[in-house]
Amino acid sequence: MEKEQFYYDNKIVRMFLIATILWGVVGMLVGLLVAFLFIFPNYMEGISWLSFGRLRPLHTNAAIFAFVGNSIFTGVYYSTQRLLKTRMFSDALSKIHFWGWQLIIVAAAITLPLGFNSSKEYAELEWPIDIAVVLIWVVFTINLIGTIIKRRQRHIYVAIWFYIATNVTIAILYIFNNLELPVSAFKSYSVYAGVQDALVQWWYGHNAVAFFLTTPILGLMYYFVPKAANRPVYSYRLSIIHFWSLIFLYIWAGPHHLLYTALPEWAQNLGTVFSVMLIFPSWGGMINGLLTLRGAWDKVREEPVLKFFVVAITGYGMSTFEGPMLSFKNLNAIGHYTDWIIAHVHVGALAWNGFMAAGMIYWLAPKLWKTDLFSKKMANTHFWIATLGIIFYALPLYVAGFTQASMWKQFNPDGTLVYGNFLETVTQIIPMYMMRAFGGTLYLTGFILLAYNIIKTAKAGSAVEDELAEAAPLKEISSKRVAGEKIHPWLERRTILFTFLVFIAVAIGGAVEIIPLMVVKSNIPTISSVKPYTPLELEGRDLYIREGCNNCHSQMIRPFRSEVERYGEYSKAGEYVYDHPFLWGSRRTGPDIHRIGKKYNDNWHFNHMLDPRLTSPGSIMPRYPWLFTNDLDISNTSNKINAMVKLGVPYTQMELDKAVYLLQNQAAEIEKNLRQDPEFVKNYGDANMKDKEIVAMIAYLQRLGTDIKTGETAQN
Amino acid sequence: MLRYIKHHLDTITGVEIYPIISLLLFFVVFTAMLIIVLRMPKKNIDDLSNLPFDNDIKNNNYE
Repeated sequence: MEKEQFYYDNKIVRMFLIATILWGVVGMLVGLLVAFLFIFPNYMEGISWLSFGRLRPLHTNAAIFAFVGNSIFTGVYYSTQRLLKTRMFSDALSKIHFWGWQLIIVAAAITLPLGFNSSKEYAELEWPIDIAVVLIWVVFTINLIGTIIKRRQRHIYVAIWFYIATNVTIAILYIFNNLELPVSAFKSYSVYAGVQDALVQWWYGHNAVAFFLTTPILGLMYYFVPKAANRPVYSYRLSIIHFWSLIFLYIWAGPHHLLYTALPEWAQNLGTVFSVMLIFPSWGGMINGLLTLRGAWDKVREEPVLKFFVVAITGYGMSTFEGPMLSFKNLNAIGHYTDWIIAHVHVGALAWNGFMAAGMIYWLAPKLWKTDLFSKKMANTHFWIATLGIIFYALPLYVAGFTQASMWKQFNPDGTLVYGNFLETVTQIIPMYMMRAFGGTLYLTGFILLAYNIIKTAKAGSAVEDELAEAAPLKEISSKRVAGEKIHPWLERRTILFTFLVFIAVAIGGAVEIIPLMVVKSNIPTISSVKPYTPLELEGRDLYIREGCNNCHSQMIRPFRSEVERYGEYSKAGEYVYDHPFLWGSRRTGPDIHRIGKKYNDNWHFNHMLDPRLTSPGSIMPRYPWLFTNDLDISNTSNKINAMVKLGVPYTQMELDKAVYLLQNQAAEIEKNLRQDPEFVKNYGDANMKDKEIVAMIAYLQRLGTDIKTGETAQN
Repeated sequence: MLRYIKHHLDTITGVEIYPIISLLLFFVVFTAMLIIVLRMPKKNIDDLSNLPFDNDIKNNNYE
């Protein structure tokens, strides 16, 4: 059949590649700023938008969605065109996708430091940006499916399946987790509350790691590793098994982890068998990647691209081994809330995601600019510096995690805690934080070398925007199976059907997880003494969210002897029923504060927020001086109460009508309390404090966990 | 952390049907896929794994 000539769009690949490098530097730099805040908590003295709680979401979002996101799109746009022997479906959609995504990142980089965030981890962006994300994702999906439809290659290579699965699943996850009720342009409340919100959030969190940081990168692995090693993937059979079992693994794992005890015994036994079996798909994938290099190990010694891939795939293996280990009860009790988790996710991010991106960039740049890489030696230097960086990052944090977890749990013979003051467990691990910051510095240095190397390469070469290619068009054949055709090859050429099946698989899986989550609300025992927050407390809670306090403080006391002894009565599900969104946190850089209410007086909180080191010497918490100068914004208080009522929080008509009046009364009361301290009167005299933000913050903190009395178990 | 609250899910009437559906779905699909994949002829597998390198594409496997 006659061949057609056409052009691959290299320009879009180049744009995404440059964006990957740019956002990579930014994301890692913010990470480093955050790491240094652990050692020098005061170095960003009083600048609200550079405080830890606001920078940490910026770091995670920049690393995940900006750096890894752009690296995924770089690889997808390059490999999809070549695997399908066609240009992308629409240049316009490619451009909208690129610029839309960058605009979203810029919007995130502005709004997160300003304190506009929804508090849900890796989904912090506020509702207008969420909508933009969904729209741009739809553009990407149309472009991808359109390209598959107009392809000149009958069979769809396994990498593309991973892209399709990513596309479909991320859409479902993102929409469900971000259902929120807007109050103003940049403020919204999650439609879910408490336990339900937590379940939906971590259903999202767990699967987002799977379908944003894993499946698309596996797609890249299945294309770029064979290309770089110049030999086909070790076992294509294994890659098909890898794909389907990964997709189904997450569907299956979710309901099983959540509903294990509700299962009849035969299902539990079958489930256990599967748990063991399912380490094979991910390790099979790792082995598949590594063995692709069989007979090419001599090349690994010289070729930086392959070195990066080898460490990346090894990192994938380590993370996917550690993940299931962390789901065991005993290990989870140690790892949860500690730096172990931070180490775990960074092995994934720095090794698996970061090194796949770096290897791919070094491989692509010479092709995109039609020249040799500026310096192979520099790329090798990058590899060694960054590998050392990963080790210096992860090892100290593993040590820190274990150290802190064991200090939290140690008892004296008389039954008291050995380290009763939480601060002792923090100051102990400061040296580990220093080493971590050093590791991060190394990793960033390596990445800057990459940036320099690519800039020099680009300057030396000439960009080829459209690369000529030729291939024969596809002959029309029956959509039915042809004689002798096996099922899977037939399925692969039926794109829409294939995508639909993936969607069905994920949707059924999603449904069996989501339906119980939607029903759970009515199953949480209510506690009659738990009441909605007062207007002032609600405003204080929103400040807590704005400042990102939940990044360091949990509000979830586990039913362990060590936690009850340290923090007080363990947390009950019924206490969170009015929490839109939930604020349990996931890491205890500071202590849990679910029972902080009434533990100290108002003046203690006042002084502590002004300078934590006044009340707690050695603390690494930031200062919050702006809470003392900013007037509390009460223009939206009534709207907020109204929104809460719409979400089912039982405020009375009186509270609704007189929200501001009630707020001011409670604020005046707190100011009166503050004035009882002669020290306060000496420093502030008659200064107006009741209209300041700090008063709302104190009101919220003093309310926390006070609805039930110690020892009370309610109907739980 | 979820383990301390997920027992609320267990109290939903008839909730055990959901994990059973997902388990059976997984089991059936996984087994079927395994059989299909293992029965694929070696030649097809080789062709497919060479797709990233294929400049003279063989679209004629089943034509």
